Amino acid sequence: MPKDNSIKKVLVIGSGPIVIGQAAEFDYSGTQACQALKEEGIEVVLINSNPATIMTDREIADKVYIEPLTVEFIEKVIKIEKPDSLLAGMGGQTGLNIAVELENKGILNKYDIKVIGTSIESIQKGEDRESFRKLMEKINQPVIESKIVSELNEGISFAEEIGYPVVVRPAYTLGGTGGGIADDKQELVSILAQGLHLSRVGQVLIEKSIKGWKEIEYEVMRDEYGNCITVCNMENIDPVGIHTGDSIVVAPSQTLSDKEYQMLRSASIDIINTIEIIGGCNVQLALNPESFEYAIIEINPRVSRSSALASKATGYPIAKVATKLALGYGLDEIKNRVTKKTFACFEPTLDYVVIKIPKWPFDKFNDANRALGTKMMATGEVMAIGSNFESAFLKGIRSLELGKNTLFDIDVSSKSLKELKERVKSPDDERIFDLAEMLRKDYRVEKVSEITGIDEFFINKINWIVKEEEKLKETTLEKLDKDWLYKLKKRGFSDLGIAKLLDVDENEIYNLRKEFNILPKYKMVDTCAGEFEALTPYYYSTYEKYDEVEVSDKKKVIVIGSGPIRIGQGIEFDYCSVHSIEALKKLDIETIIVNNNPETVSTDFDISDKLYFEPLTEEDVLSIIEKEKPQGVILQFGGQTAIKLAKYLKERNITILGTSCENIDRAEDREKFEELLEKLNIIRPKGKAVLNINDGISEARKLGYPVLVRPSYVLGGQGMEITYNEDELIRYLNKAFKYDANNTVLLDKYLIGKEIEIDAICDGEDILIPGIMEHLERAGIHSGDSITIYPSIDISEKIKNKIVNYTKKIAKELNVLGMINIQFIQYENQLYVIEVNPRSSRTVPYISKVSTVPVIELATRVMLGEKIESLGYGKGIYKDSELVSVKVPVFSTEKLSEVEVSLGPEMRSTGEVLGIDETFERALYKGLVASGKKIKKESGKILVTLNSHDKQDFSETAMKLKKLGYEFIATEGTSKYLDDIGIESTSIKKISEGVPNVLDIIRSGVIDFVINTPTKGNDSKRDGFRIRRAAIEASVDIFTSLDTINALVNILDKKIVDSDLNVYDLAKE
Amino acid sequence: MEATLILENGKTFKGNAFGYLKESVGEVVFNTGMTGYQEVLTDPSYYGQIVTMTYPLVGNYGINLEDMESESSKVKGFIVREKSDKPNNFRCEMKLNGYLRQNKVIGLEGIDTRALTKILRNHGTMKGIITLRELSESQIKHKFDAFHNKNAVDNVTTKEVYEIEGNNKHIAILDFGIKKNIIRSFKKRNCKMTIFPADSKPEDILDKKPDAIFLSNGPGDPEDLPEVVENLKQLVDKKPILGICLGHQLLALCFGGNIKKLKYGHRGWNHPVKDLDTNKIYITSQNHGYYVDKLPEEMVKTHISLNDNTIEGMKHKKLPIYSVQFHPEACPGPKDMDYIFDQFVKMAR
Repeated sequence: MPKDNSIKKVLVIGSGPIVIGQAAEFDYSGTQACQALKEEGIEVVLINSNPATIMTDREIADKVYIEPLTVEFIEKVIKIEKPDSLLAGMGGQTGLNIAVELENKGILNKYDIKVIGTSIESIQKGEDRESFRKLMEKINQPVIESKIVSELNEGISFAEEIGYPVVVRPAYTLGGTGGGIADDKQELVSILAQGLHLSRVGQVLIEKSIKGWKEIEYEVMRDEYGNCITVCNMENIDPVGIHTGDSIVVAPSQTLSDKEYQMLRSASIDIINTIEIIGGCNVQLALNPESFEYAIIEINPRVSRSSALASKATGYPIAKVATKLALGYGLDEIKNRVTKKTFACFEPTLDYVVIKIPKWPFDKFNDANRALGTKMMATGEVMAIGSNFESAFLKGIRSLELGKNTLFDIDVSSKSLKELKERVKSPDDERIFDLAEMLRKDYRVEKVSEITGIDEFFINKINWIVKEEEKLKETTLEKLDKDWLYKLKKRGFSDLGIAKLLDVDENEIYNLRKEFNILPKYKMVDTCAGEFEALTPYYYSTYEKYDEVEVSDKKKVIVIGSGPIRIGQGIEFDYCSVHSIEALKKLDIETIIVNNNPETVSTDFDISDKLYFEPLTEEDVLSIIEKEKPQGVILQFGGQTAIKLAKYLKERNITILGTSCENIDRAEDREKFEELLEKLNIIRPKGKAVLNINDGISEARKLGYPVLVRPSYVLGGQGMEITYNEDELIRYLNKAFKYDANNTVLLDKYLIGKEIEIDAICDGEDILIPGIMEHLERAGIHSGDSITIYPSIDISEKIKNKIVNYTKKIAKELNVLGMINIQFIQYENQLYVIEVNPRSSRTVPYISKVSTVPVIELATRVMLGEKIESLGYGKGIYKDSELVSVKVPVFSTEKLSEVEVSLGPEMRSTGEVLGIDETFERALYKGLVASGKKIKKESGKILVTLNSHDKQDFSETAMKLKKLGYEFIATEGTSKYLDDIGIESTSIKKISEGVPNVLDIIRSGVIDFVINTPTKGNDSKRDGFRIRRAAIEASVDIFTSLDTINALVNILDKKIVDSDLNVYDLAKE
Repeated sequence: MEATLILENGKTFKGNAFGYLKESVGEVVFNTGMTGYQEVLTDPSYYGQIVTMTYPLVGNYGINLEDMESESSKVKGFIVREKSDKPNNFRCEMKLNGYLRQNKVIGLEGIDTRALTKILRNHGTMKGIITLRELSESQIKHKFDAFHNKNAVDNVTTKEVYEIEGNNKHIAILDFGIKKNIIRSFKKRNCKMTIFPADSKPEDILDKKPDAIFLSNGPGDPEDLPEVVENLKQLVDKKPILGICLGHQLLALCFGGNIKKLKYGHRGWNHPVKDLDTNKIYITSQNHGYYVDKLPEEMVKTHISLNDNTIEGMKHKKLPIYSVQFHPEACPGPKDMDYIFDQFVKMAR
């Protein structure tokens, strides 16, 4: 059937900010969807609150609305644009939920919009637990038996009915707090009683335990004529019980016989046929490893993280095909873009192994509870392709940027078998290293498998790696002969890993490889295992005999990507990489990208002329460079991941386009950075490095409190704190020196000033600043976590000139070619420089969109020799945009138990949204709404607990809140203070004072928001920490910076309401 | 033990031998299924062929005694990128290595199977030798010349007529190397079956008074079976007939159609086929080197391959006769077309 020609204008809803569980994969699928629609001549109206995405580029959609993803704002867009259709399944769960809401509220009906693709009715059939269960029963597909109970006896009788063991999951508690597995009645009684108590709604889900079953996923496609295919199946190496987003996943399945494979495939197809999916769907199944028994876990009737992974794993563009199916095409009418001969109606077959490994944020959140469970905690993932399991696995491990090049970990190795055994029983992110160590200590393979629930097949693979590592440890370089080295390389060992185990320099292995002529070969990902000729320029390395890459003699440039999404290095960098590629293409340069993140647009093989899906380590990148011999390599857009390759590549005489390696180092190395500023006569906050506590105390006295402290070895806000007095400083120093006595701690005078940030393009002579961004919160809060305003609203011309002047000086001194990001503090009319990043930054996508300066394109052109003067955007500061944009950070702390919530010098946000409007207040209002804050217009109850140095600052705000009709609830100290300034408040007990206390009141749901300013960072035993966690876990808004709350109060004061606000199409010139 | 695959075009691949360590000659083909190696090994249609699997890890779930498509392995050689020495699955009873040894099949491991696949794709299927020693050019030539697969069906068909009881319709099966799952598919429908050797006389078959006749899959070139085609001519107007794979090709010859060899065959279980009656598309399991190039005049096309538009199914314009090139019985592969057996059983009378 051909396309439905009545579809002319389609509304696409994005997935909003990056949060844990909903990340860049929806930029990838959303972008593909928009492109697929445009290809068909359909007008695309896009709404997404996330400015860091490629999908919100004016080139991707015809109309681009960066507006809050709420029914109110979407209706405004609908009113203006009058789309005839809505494509619902591209914006993750967010997009799906909103589509359902639009339907339920009658808005789709009101504006005569039809839902294309999977219908709302079908979505609901798949999403609603109960109706899904009934449907499965009807078609004889087994589901896991479960029941929600609210009293003990009900639970016990249900457990007897389904048989022990049972899983107990209290409703609305984070990370399964209070849940557990009960093996018998006695255990159930104790777990259930506690669970019922802890659940806010007094409800507990009891579920038949399928612990230890295999978790298998199928990505299925269906057209409206009922044709179905499965794109890919995937096996979770981790058993059921660990969220698939937190599991290591391998594609295709490795341990299923054809019978099992086909049984689950048939089940998946039966389900999507019954639900009548039109497009893509993810089906998760659990399989008993001891029989053919299986159960459907759940389905996702939309594109998903798994579908992005499946697309990258197979080369089959699920989102693109799903979009075409939504337009009415049949699967047999859509060409396979890989072979250009076959059609979308086939099942890809792989001739390689794909592994996905999650990337967790625990390096940022030391105190988090790392235990893996049913709630996803990973912020991102890496994918690796190899011709065997071991190579894909080891490539994946080294792609994680954990500093791990082998499975050996010195800390883990010091643990006893008994300890390790306990650890893998309740696995966390390090379980692989734990179980590898068990194998290293000769613990039985079968037992490891039994304890971990990981199939013996995989344990044996890991065991082989471990045993080879041990052999290497006990031998010398001389004994590493050609056959052995070749075998190790085939199995994915890195030069660095081998070198470390042999205790030699990495270069020795590199040289040995050259001597033996052991070089990687590159094979194509072609969807068909070589059966048909394919044209996909999508490659991975192996150590097989034949290479498939044709190296051209065109002028070419390699762009290094940014790897997995993590806190501090997110989707923004992928945006930059992709735009750089686009710019290079315009210049008729062959483009090559190297990256390892399956969620991204950059790893869509349609983006660059060639895609190498490889780890971003020195060795892996160098191998590609040696093969392709590009004119140059671009590192500036790949965040720290790419930048840190600079020195290594420089030493090997590889041309790095843009700022030189030495100058990158001058900005990154702290001492050199200080010298630089001194030379340029630019001031920075006073500071000193100290090596012991006494020096620290005396230096701090000289500087004067508050003092910003951080260890010298980390960048990017890790381990940074602000200390307000000597006690706090001593506590910090004690901890820091205890952790590493040889690492200096840096003390800086903490200036409570205005933070200002710029991105600039520089050609070595001139600079172009697309815009000056002003932070709402005062210095001390990581720039990534601050609310940022553009154009600035409160910066004098004098300071602006100084900013330009300083930027020019620094850029010139560092001979910056391309991008530079500088952060300033304005304090008592002085401008200080606090940080210089000689690369593209997190703010580039946002500033590009709102300033209309194509920042990355210009930077790329400059790196290739063009001058700013000739680019047509002028010099110095670009003209301010007429609309005000406010970037608001979004956090995922509710997903991570025991993680600090308050804002501070360490970055914690996972994503961002943008509010755009004509005034600052309106834009901020939109930003806050888009970030999910529930802004209550009049009256309400606020819980306030302040630290002593913030109380004074709060009085004006408190008065305003009172005037607005808010009531205050406060702990004793704050209550007394409020009393002093004439504000009545209800006093509430501290945690130690018994019940009901401050935590109970938060959980009770009567509080509208919490204002809590922290005393000291990262101490989970303190009341403040527990208050903040309680608020986050009970979904009560919390503000930890007075600057934020002040701004909020000003908005409340202005009485902004949704109905007064307009929406703005950013694609309009 | 080091071994070499020598292809007819002179190309060689060095790897390690496993299984039964004895030189072997055969027609080298590739299969793209990611699971189902056991079914492939025991599918009689592979008789005379050296099969290379495109999926690199083979043997992961071992071998069990349940999923056999015939009593023994029928391939002349088995080529994998990597065999699994530590398989795991609750039904795993043997390892690939041991199974091949017991079945006297040589395995070759550790070669660049993707490169081999691409050679076969570009040059077409060709003969190959897996050898454990150095061979001179004349030895190689001699071996290639001596190899043919003309008696393939003779070697895999049943020697004796046998019956399987059932209380549904009675199906006479002409066994050209039948896959067990076809038998299981009829059994599941409670059919009574009488299984005949490939060269059975038409009157012997009709004597048993079957309700329908089934022509099985099997190895080799249908043109090597002229007597069978002649026999079929005497059966076609007597009973409803269903042919699968070789059976389909034989029916085409019987009605005056034309058979050609595919460049590199269809082997795998991801082949899309369109049912021309309903316009529905099914993913099918396929294993064939020959195809019906010219349709007999009395037949109409019912199915086509979406990959290369070749004929995948046909039916007689008047008689209750139809056939498919793909394998509705799957094993390995999707069972999306299992209903074909239902249709056939219903048609039998």
